[in-house]
Amino acid sequence: MRLTDLLPGAIGIVKEFTDLEMSVKLMEMGCLPGSEVTISNIAPLGDPIAINVAGYQLSLRKQEASTIILQ
Amino acid sequence: MKADIRVALVGNPNTGKSTLFNILTGLNQKIGNFPGVTVDKRVGYCTLPDGRTAEIIDLPGTYSLYPKSQDESIVFSVLADKANPHCPDLVIVIIDATNLKRNMLLYTQVADLKIPVMIALNMTDLTEKAGIDININLFSKKLGVPVIPISARKKEGIDKIRESISFANKIALQQPSIDVNFIAPELIAAISDYLHLDNPYYALQLAHQHENIKFISQAESDRIEELEQAYAFHSQKAQASETIARYNFINDLLFDTVKTPLIPQGETISNKIDKVLTHKVFGFVIFFAILLFMFQSIFSWSTYPHDLIADLFVWVQNSLHKILPAGPLTGLLVDGVLGGLSGVMVFIPQIAILFAFISVLEDTGYMSRVTFMMDKLMRKVGLNGKSVVPLIGGFACAVPSIMGARTIENWKDRMITIMVTPLVTCSARLPVYTLLIALVVPNRNVWWILNLQGLALTGMYVFSLVSAIIVAFVFKLILKARERGYFIMEIPIYRLPRWKNVGFSMYERSKTFVVQAGKVIIAVSVILWVLASYGPGDHFKQIDLKYAKPEMSKQYPPDELKRIKNSEKLENSYAGVLGHVIEPVIKPLGFDWKIGIALITSFAAREVFVGTMATIYSVDGDAERIEPVQQKMKAAVDPSTGQPEFSLAVAFSLMMFYAFAMQCASTVAVVYRETKSWRWPAIQFAYMTVLAYAASFIAFHLLK
Repeated sequence: MRLTDLLPGAIGIVKEFTDLEMSVKLMEMGCLPGSEVTISNIAPLGDPIAINVAGYQLSLRKQEASTIILQ
Repeated sequence: MKADIRVALVGNPNTGKSTLFNILTGLNQKIGNFPGVTVDKRVGYCTLPDGRTAEIIDLPGTYSLYPKSQDESIVFSVLADKANPHCPDLVIVIIDATNLKRNMLLYTQVADLKIPVMIALNMTDLTEKAGIDININLFSKKLGVPVIPISARKKEGIDKIRESISFANKIALQQPSIDVNFIAPELIAAISDYLHLDNPYYALQLAHQHENIKFISQAESDRIEELEQAYAFHSQKAQASETIARYNFINDLLFDTVKTPLIPQGETISNKIDKVLTHKVFGFVIFFAILLFMFQSIFSWSTYPHDLIADLFVWVQNSLHKILPAGPLTGLLVDGVLGGLSGVMVFIPQIAILFAFISVLEDTGYMSRVTFMMDKLMRKVGLNGKSVVPLIGGFACAVPSIMGARTIENWKDRMITIMVTPLVTCSARLPVYTLLIALVVPNRNVWWILNLQGLALTGMYVFSLVSAIIVAFVFKLILKARERGYFIMEIPIYRLPRWKNVGFSMYERSKTFVVQAGKVIIAVSVILWVLASYGPGDHFKQIDLKYAKPEMSKQYPPDELKRIKNSEKLENSYAGVLGHVIEPVIKPLGFDWKIGIALITSFAAREVFVGTMATIYSVDGDAERIEPVQQKMKAAVDPSTGQPEFSLAVAFSLMMFYAFAMQCASTVAVVYRETKSWRWPAIQFAYMTVLAYAASFIAFHLLK
């Protein structure tokens, strides 16, 4: 399942990434395999989204979120 | 100032790094630029308890030593280059205690560079509140570095920081975090051997960053590249495995030293605020209300100081004219230089107010929400959520707005924002539009409430925004992206603004504007003054003689006489001659040589148009008092046709010209400063001139 398929409020666990470049940036910011994520907010126009990860809020575009695969 | 010890502040964004910097250095700081890049260099000085002086440099916030933007690339260059004048003796890593895990990544990287380091554990007041228990002694012992709990907002623990700086070791005593050799053992060994390095992590960093750092030679960089090929080094894969290894180390460390309460966190206050501020409907309503307020304030609050500064300059100029002997030198100094300086200084209130608003919005965390809300919309035209603020600020003044575009990390998005911001109707265009609209648009209401003149003015504002968006879209298709656009961004929690930071921001931006843009504006003003005050041949002498005759002073009152004389002088000046010269070029736009003169003199600043028109039609008036100019222009008749000179077609053609033409030396100067090249201001000037000519031509021929 991709992060974009996660329902708001549900908890997902990061399994892997499909984009190496993006994964480097995401991991540096604390979004690592094994981290819990929830979707905390969606922008009024449907994109980008905000997720809770590693104890803070991170915003990313849907296209970027779709590179995160959940368990 | 000579410093005894050099200290660098390093940390993630939003950790209170700048707050700590401001507290440590007070007003004793200098904002400069790192050579070759548009990154603010903030250096300050701080007196230590033992009387020595520490130089403190505030490095840009970053999540890791692997840069994702120009700002971030500075961090490694300063820390790793021993020859850099700011290369620190001590690094203070500022850690947000409420987000230890993510913050510690950067610490472990910095620590592995083997520079003496210490930790300032910020926001410890918040961790206490949240029930997070950090065993600071054990934490410090395990890392082998001093860890000082502080609260920069509450100014707690600052003395301890000063004390620890004075006791800092000359050699690095920190414990190693991970053994980086596992990542690329042969390559690290080969680079270490080649450059005689004893630090494997430094060697690894060179492997990653050799192409972009300036302190190694091209030959060295090429050799490193060869070694990378030989050992099949993959930079991103190596970064990924390094990051995972570091987080494993951090998890182990935090497992022993930090106890987080297991109580599930309820909805935070920030989330509740977000429910309203990023709401589908209210989110936009509130945003536009804030913009309206900001926009109104910039106009209304700046009026008084703006007039005060303008009046002060007029007073000084008048006084100097009385004191100094009349002559070319006095004219140059008083009318040329002081006149130009006044043109710079009157913008300070607007710049200061705009930056006060921007820094409050940034400090509270609202700006990241705006970016979040607007990103999708702005991305369609090649801009970025962060472009909203410069574009809106452009309604006040393009100069501070272009400076504000620095917050956009992505190069292409930033360039497009800079290129289109001057199209937005700035406050200097307002007197020009007001004058021209009042000339040709009847002052009556349609549909009871809408005033035709107001409608025309609103139309110009909307038109400017639409054209900025269209031009942005065109640039999106032309410009090639230098890097991939990210939107992976931390959304900080809402906080109260730190007024001291707001004050610093206002001061810094205003100062930068005066110093940087000021030089160009004064230079251009002096040139224009010469063009308008001197003429070819002995025309000026003859005019002086003509008006000195007694029958002239009998015929006209002294003020009137002076105005007519000035008008005739302007016509015969170099600017006047140039006006005649360019007449064939601007004829298709419906402009005569008089408008030509005004176009030339308002080259440095648009609002000068009104003043020049006043001189040409020999009436008293300027951007502040347009009524007399307006009456005179209305009465002006084209001698060849007998029709009014300012027809609807001419007025609108002229407005189109001012809407598009780059008639602002300050903007040209600031674009040069921000892009570090004449190429961008030249492109901008060219495309805006072409658009101005085309739009005027179309407007004139449609309405004729």
